[in-house]
Amino acid sequence: MDLSEALLASLLEARKLCVAYGGVKAVKRVDLDVNAGELVCLIGANGAGKTSLLKSLCGMVPASGGTVHFRGASLTHKPSHEIVRHGIALVPEGRGVFSRMTVKENLEMGAHIRHDRAAIASDLDSVFTRFPRLKERAAQKAGTLSGGEQQMLAIGRALMSRPQLLLLDEPSMGLAPLMVQKIFETIREISQQGVTILLVEQNAKLALEVSHRGYVMESGEVTLADEARALASNPEVRRAYLGE
Amino acid sequence: MDIFLQQLINGLVLGSVYALVALGYTMVYGILELINFAHGEVTMIGAMVALSVIGALVGHVALPGVVIVAMGVLVAVPVCMLLGFTIERVAYRPLRHAPRLAPLITAIGVSILLQNLAMIIWGREYVKFPPILSSATHQVAGATISDLQIFILVLSLLIMAGLVALVQKTKLGRAMRATAQAPQVAALMGVNVNSVISLTFIIGSAIAAIAGVMVAAYYGLAHYYMGFMLGLKAFTAAVLGGIGNLAGAMLGGLLLGVIESLGAGYIGDITGGFMGSNYQDVFAFFVLILVLVLRPSGLLGEQVGERA
Ligand SMILES: Nc1ncnc2c1ncn2[C@@H]1O[C@H](COP(=O)(O)OP(=O)(O)O)[C@@H](O)[C@H]1O
Ligand SMILES: [Mg+2]
Repeated sequence: MDLSEALLASLLEARKLCVAYGGVKAVKRVDLDVNAGELVCLIGANGAGKTSLLKSLCGMVPASGGTVHFRGASLTHKPSHEIVRHGIALVPEGRGVFSRMTVKENLEMGAHIRHDRAAIASDLDSVFTRFPRLKERAAQKAGTLSGGEQQMLAIGRALMSRPQLLLLDEPSMGLAPLMVQKIFETIREISQQGVTILLVEQNAKLALEVSHRGYVMESGEVTLADEARALASNPEVRRAYLGE
Repeated sequence: MDIFLQQLINGLVLGSVYALVALGYTMVYGILELINFAHGEVTMIGAMVALSVIGALVGHVALPGVVIVAMGVLVAVPVCMLLGFTIERVAYRPLRHAPRLAPLITAIGVSILLQNLAMIIWGREYVKFPPILSSATHQVAGATISDLQIFILVLSLLIMAGLVALVQKTKLGRAMRATAQAPQVAALMGVNVNSVISLTFIIGSAIAAIAGVMVAAYYGLAHYYMGFMLGLKAFTAAVLGGIGNLAGAMLGGLLLGVIESLGAGYIGDITGGFMGSNYQDVFAFFVLILVLVLRPSGLLGEQVGERA
């Protein structure tokens, strides 16, 4: 679907969302929307609250205030294992692969909520086609993979749940430049195949290049929200995040 | 009579029961990093419940002994499953995010509570296991093995094989392993972590119930205090194999049984008759101390820090 058509359908709506760890307010009254078909990025410095925001969207940390709606249904205060059934998958920061399980078992875990065996098998094949490296290492323990391969595995595993919204938390973190390119290509492809994406990245330049829209987060608050192209030419953004 | 072979057989039989109980410790530790010290008491409750059923049936129904014992087990297993489930819900779940000392002390509290409860229900005296099982024995290369020993060994190995198949080959087992490695990520995949934890307690307790009946049948008696020593030895077996590791618990159990048995067989010779086989229990604690000093991660244990 093309972008203008997609914009009509709002998928995720976070309103006045707050996250606190004891006294530390990590996310402060954030409003965030992701529409069907979009690729939206969330950029910001270390400690800005990006991971906390994604975690609260998936029920990994409780929201201390505000609401989350997804396709009209309220997700506020739902546990993680129910949220994935609504169609949201997270590729967590640091990848979170099950290191003592094989690559194939990791991917099968991604399809835990599904029962359509035949379709699961064909999705497994698609992941292996997308990432031939994973196919070669299907029987290997995930802990033996390189960082980039683990990132592919984490992305493949998330896709195995057939999500409507894919949340990615710093997928390029700690990877070699070539691998970073490869991961961003993959993100663009997945987006073009119709999966809506919310991408958290430190690499603001590449993130703004692939995204339609972007949010900038500072000390727990969203300070800017605009078309990705507009953000990329915003002098403040250029100075603070694009190293100019 | 070949003492070595005889003690090896006795050790493997005893060890297979230790292994069954050790599995319960190691499964719970693998997921919660909690030593469920009440697990030995679950074993005791299993033996006691089964003996109550057996005692009520013997002499009143004209059934073969094996069938009567099986009926005792069939009652003891669900009772222990419910007990294990309840222990986790009531005693451990509210402390899931408390400092680790809190659930540990609670575990000891549950243990004492169950012992006292059993003492009130079944009394302080030994409860006899009626002699209704075959007492036939077989000679193997100079050693003796009884029908009961063969039965215990075979059933234990079958249960272990069944558990390994469950954990390695089924979707539930995969979810259990994922939960043990990274509970938050498992939840992201749609695994209900609380259900998996409950199931872990339920499965471990079912196995404990069977082990409890085996011990009672083997020694011919049960006692409200029997879970303490059995639990401590099974815990030692789990630590010996590498706590958190299923294969380790099985290996540790069998090894501990053999060490104990051989030790008891030879301790008289070694000490020139100064110590007798009644010192058998010393070996378990000697092993525990040695492992904790020399190799705290156990024989098959993973390096600390691998947990995601
Ligand atoms: N589990 C936690 N407990 C306490 N404080 C935390 C926790 N996780 C994150 N924080 C704090 O919350 C703030 C936001 O962190 P985070 O969401 O990880 O930011 P980002 O992903 O943008 O780097 C930081 O100040 C961080 O120290
Ligand atoms: Mg982060």
